[in-house]
Amino acid sequence: MSSTFDQVANIIAETCDIPRDTITPESHAIDDLGIDSLDFLDIAFAIDKAFGIKLPLEKWTQEVNDGKATTEQYFVLKNLSARIDELVAAKGA
Amino acid sequence: MHLEYFNLIDRIVDLKSDERTITVEAQVPQENTIFEGHFPGYPLMPGVLLIESMAQTSGWLLIALMKFERMPFLAAVKEAKMRTFVTPGELLTVNASVVHEGSGFTITDAKVSVAGKLKCNATLTFRHVPFPNNDLRGHMEAMAKRIGFPQQVNAHG
Repeated sequence: MSSTFDQVANIIAETCDIPRDTITPESHAIDDLGIDSLDFLDIAFAIDKAFGIKLPLEKWTQEVNDGKATTEQYFVLKNLSARIDELVAAKGA
Repeated sequence: MHLEYFNLIDRIVDLKSDERTITVEAQVPQENTIFEGHFPGYPLMPGVLLIESMAQTSGWLLIALMKFERMPFLAAVKEAKMRTFVTPGELLTVNASVVHEGSGFTITDAKVSVAGKLKCNATLTFRHVPFPNNDLRGHMEAMAKRIGFPQQVNAHG
């Protein structure tokens, strides 16, 4: 079974037509990969479906806007993958 | 259908919150200045307005599901197919259903039919936010009454 990061990277590559080999765990979806908020909705849709979760994009955006979190915490892919794992674990708890 | 005001939906025929589906009717006017240009001597309902009719239909469904707390705004149109012409005077039946409810966005499938024949369809993405002001909310509530929005799904109706 592929890792969460691999699944996320594959989704991003397919959804945004970004070469898979340029996507690394350190990639920032916005700053490095140039994904805008509308394209990220397609990614969120695919992630929601693939993992059976609902990425809390509104909550994350609010936290970033309020200065309580940085975009790196949610949009660097290794961190995004960790957040997904947490959401999957919480769903099964 | 009041094209000058961009009101494309005439009547909500059916809205099922539990099934996340809606059916509306929209009467294409027999005459309108739009048809003078689109096209001279061969009037056709523009595809962009058919897409808008699907967006407005989906929008009423989402307003119902969000209990009039939030306003959906069209963000993306995918797989839009204009299958056959829609001409002046035709009665459109527009159906929409929710494909996915995300955080701050929803995706719907919508289609337009005339007398049971599929005319066009698309997959639409909406972002939704709390109503930005009371003017818009009041306007939408007034329009909801006019088109037969079920009052039981309007928490503020």
